[in-house]
Amino acid sequence: MELIRVNQLTKKFEELTAVDHISFSIEEGEIFGFLGPNGAGKTTTLSILSTLLSPTSGEAYVNGFNVKSNQNEVRRSIGVVFQDPTLDEELTARENMLIHGRLYGMKKPGEKINELLELVELGQWKNKLVKYFSGGMKQRLEIARGLLHEPKILFLDEPTLGLDPQTRNHLWDYIKKMNREKNVTIILTTHYMDEADKLADRVAIIDQGKIVAMNTPGNLKELIGGSILRIETKNGNEVEKLMTDQEWIEKTTQHDGFVDISLQNAEKHIAEVMKILKDIPIDSVSVRIPSLEEVFLNYTGRTIREEEASSKDRMRQHSRAMRR
Amino acid sequence: MGSAIYIIWYRNVLKYFRMKSRIIGSLGMPFFFLVIIGFGLDSAVSVPGGMTTSYVDFIAPGIIAMSILFSSMFSGVQLVIDKQIGFLKETLVAPVSRMELMLGQALGGATTAMIQGLLVFIISMFIGLDIPSFTGILISLGFMFLIGLSFTSVGIAFASRMEDTHGFQLIVNFVLFPVFFLSGALFPLDQIPQWLSFLTYIDPLTYGVEGIRYGMLGASQIDPLVCFAALGGFLVVVLFLGSYLFKRIRI
Repeated sequence: MELIRVNQLTKKFEELTAVDHISFSIEEGEIFGFLGPNGAGKTTTLSILSTLLSPTSGEAYVNGFNVKSNQNEVRRSIGVVFQDPTLDEELTARENMLIHGRLYGMKKPGEKINELLELVELGQWKNKLVKYFSGGMKQRLEIARGLLHEPKILFLDEPTLGLDPQTRNHLWDYIKKMNREKNVTIILTTHYMDEADKLADRVAIIDQGKIVAMNTPGNLKELIGGSILRIETKNGNEVEKLMTDQEWIEKTTQHDGFVDISLQNAEKHIAEVMKILKDIPIDSVSVRIPSLEEVFLNYTGRTIREEEASSKDRMRQHSRAMRR
Repeated sequence: MGSAIYIIWYRNVLKYFRMKSRIIGSLGMPFFFLVIIGFGLDSAVSVPGGMTTSYVDFIAPGIIAMSILFSSMFSGVQLVIDKQIGFLKETLVAPVSRMELMLGQALGGATTAMIQGLLVFIISMFIGLDIPSFTGILISLGFMFLIGLSFTSVGIAFASRMEDTHGFQLIVNFVLFPVFFLSGALFPLDQIPQWLSFLTYIDPLTYGVEGIRYGMLGASQIDPLVCFAALGGFLVVVLFLGSYLFKRIRI
């Protein structure tokens, strides 16, 4: 069953087009990831789907309800975990949960609260003030709270931003567990490649407000070739010229002093490649099994890091527009 | 719809009782006003006949109104804090209307302000005020609640437009002191110059003070029904204003 359908959705802030005619649909039970740099439009998209912002044009349906005209039904269908904390730290974990439950019209949320706090291993801390919690504990509490009213869909905006690797791994396990055990459809945004890769069933790569690619992580990686032989050299053009003649090579690209050669079974062809390039000075050679990093590079022509630097100006513009 | 109003109210009351130091601390000023100004000026001010003979008794309703005024206006700071800690977002994305959120917040602030006023009420009885009749107490409580709810709404109206707590406190202080000093809490209304008397009659708190005075002392300078109508009218206006500005909060 289709739970989310978005058609030509657009959001403009003054001059800036944060979301530019995007369309997609998400099935029940999926974990769907939006991957892109800061300022790409991920959070804006999520804000529209959770009724906090209204779109400039286009349509979005959540659980069959229009985000513009059926706000309350949409809100009842979703749980949202925002990028910034939204807990009342002067209250206990249980009290934060209780307030949430009552806001969503639950009569007796007590039992459900205990069950969820156990699930995220905060059971023994439930009567402690949240201000004494660590970053990971707070994030787990936010996720548990987002699930309290049994939403069909859970939105997670950068769920592991600023957490240490161990806590991140832990949190990924919880998210998968929620998805499996509660059959909650999960939509998350991230600018971590590994997060999208490990968690998401399907990934949409979003760049400057547009979806540039959307598929399973496996398919996305396969589409850009089986593996990559990365050659560091100052004579990139010559390397490319020599290599394009070989029929077992699918594609070559150049960036930042590297030549990336896409081919099947790169490790078996290293010797051959070295023979062909024997007259060209080479600084290093490495074999890379493609990750989403390469996929991103392939579709946008930049690494996500370069993208973040250039999007800083856009961000500033964006936050100024938001303040108005 | 009641559930959301209740839980927002509950959160405010819960947080209030958790801050014991704030409860005690904010009793300090009313206490000193009562004791020092009350006894200090006892012989200097002549209270209108028929009400009471003691100046302390005369200002006690004014000091109760003062503590409610301060506490209710400052309760708006919670809204500014909720913006900062992000909690406001959590409530705005819930399937409840902003009107409910605003009412819960206003009732919560009014309740805690009333508790604060009741504590001053009790203190003033310890320092010599006669215990009023049961009806008198009910009338006083009614006016205390009206003051609390009105000025909490004013606080929310200010807080809706503010981003930082210091700015909020400055603005509120700027408004609070004229409202308090012009209210006739400290002086009889018939012994002041005309221009001052005019300002006193446009100050909504005047009607609250006089209303409580009627409840506690059995007599007042303004008819209690007039007080009720004036304060009630003010409440409707500021409730409307508060919810209008609350609805327009952007996050």
